[in-house]
Amino acid sequence: MVKIITVYGGMLLTAMGRTLLLALLGLFFACILGIVFGIMGVVKNKILNIISQIFVDVIRGVPMIVLAFFIYFGIPYLFNTIIGGYSFTFSALQAGTICLALNCGAYMTEIIRAGILSVDEGQMEAARSLGLTYGMAMRKVVLPQAIKTMIPTFINQFIITLKDTSILSVIGFPELVNTAKNVQANTFMSFQTWAIVGIMYLIVITILSRSAKVLERRLNVGR
Amino acid sequence: MADNREIKVSVKNLKKDFGDLQVLKDINTDIYKGEVVCIIGPSGSGKSTFLRCLNKLEEVSGGQVIIDGHDIVDKNTNINKVRENIGMVFQHFNLFNNLNIMDNLTLAPVQLKKCSKEEAVERGQNMLKKVGLEDKAGNYPNQLSGGQKQRVAIARALCMQPDIMLFDEPTSALDPEMVGEVLQVMKDLANEGMTMVIVTHEMGFAREVADRVIFMDGGFIVEEGTPQEVLLNPKAQRTIDFLNKVL
Ligand SMILES: Nc1ncnc2c1ncn2[C@@H]1O[C@H](COP(=O)(O)OP(=O)(O)O)[C@@H](O)[C@H]1O
Ligand SMILES: [Mg+2]
Repeated sequence: MVKIITVYGGMLLTAMGRTLLLALLGLFFACILGIVFGIMGVVKNKILNIISQIFVDVIRGVPMIVLAFFIYFGIPYLFNTIIGGYSFTFSALQAGTICLALNCGAYMTEIIRAGILSVDEGQMEAARSLGLTYGMAMRKVVLPQAIKTMIPTFINQFIITLKDTSILSVIGFPELVNTAKNVQANTFMSFQTWAIVGIMYLIVITILSRSAKVLERRLNVGR
Repeated sequence: MADNREIKVSVKNLKKDFGDLQVLKDINTDIYKGEVVCIIGPSGSGKSTFLRCLNKLEEVSGGQVIIDGHDIVDKNTNINKVRENIGMVFQHFNLFNNLNIMDNLTLAPVQLKKCSKEEAVERGQNMLKKVGLEDKAGNYPNQLSGGQKQRVAIARALCMQPDIMLFDEPTSALDPEMVGEVLQVMKDLANEGMTMVIVTHEMGFAREVADRVIFMDGGFIVEEGTPQEVLLNPKAQRTIDFLNKVL
């Protein structure tokens, strides 16, 4: 145990850093996807509603590990071999970010759509009746109220995304689980290695969910 | 009706359906500057839908709605510009819950660049005074009573300095003891010469304040005229039946 910490501690911490980086990158792009597809899901336009729904259904209907392999191996194969004439690859970080962004983006779409729908329709109508545009009403009246209801689910989604990064060890991105596999292979100390990795996740996630609670309370008090 | 008066709202052959349900069948009427029109009728007769067609909160299915010469059914008309001149007061107030009372009043004038922030606040204070709530500027909607919320909603609409005010059952969601304070604000507004279209079940108010009463049923205007005519000497059997039920 002590040997793992002294010899491999730095390596595992760096890997934790990469895990966090991947989660943050994924979450950032997921938010953009979520806002775009979420709003497409609530506007009065059947075609946009359907596009938003298809995005959510497709991503939710495919396991993330399959999505990861598809993006990392499948898409370059499509360009390089099936279509031919391209030499095109993703780095593991790029593929991992795309994969997380799509996966988490589908859930963010649902969170944002539900958040907007939870705001009483009368708020939008009152704003529009004063002459405000749809965009102004959304920004100044509806979204601020929607975001307040979304915060707990949003933080929850961040935690899920952080855990999901471990799936991306399969495409060789040296995040925490991938790195820990190497440590185990070198030391044969399975119990100790995975106990340490588990505790590392536990600490980071606990800190996250605690600060989420504090943030939530502050927002409720401050209105 | 003297015909030299200015027409503010002209409705011709207005039709509205929700899918297979025909809610407004053929509505024709003109509303004059300074006129106070009360719309009465049984629940589900299309009163709210009619009112919401006047500022295009509902997409119209047929006919014309002309506000100050602008046909709002026409896709080329900038509906937001037309709405700036039409205030609307809702049954459930619909104050912006994320904003305090002053911000509720100033949001639209400032966003739409009607005036500077300072002017908007000053106007907001005047409007709050007018509805008797000058001490509530810093409160949030959930800290007010229903009657106070509705008075703020009226003040919010007035801050855009509209020519026309629409009211959809403004007192129906209020406890009885708060109805009077809201009706008083509306009476003051009527006395100042505001053009008003009011869907209401307050027959006493309609009799006292309305220039004209419209009785709607089944998506049609069944009968219209002075309060004296419609409320005291109704001609149509459906009006008589309705008034017998509510009075
Ligand atoms: N958005 C809507 N979708 C479908 N039907 C509606 C909608 N709004 C109103 N209706 C229907 O239209 C009819 C008239 O409604 P409304 O105008 O609210 O009547 P009133 O205000 O006179 O009570 C009712 O049958 C109602 O169910
Ligand atoms: Mg109604």
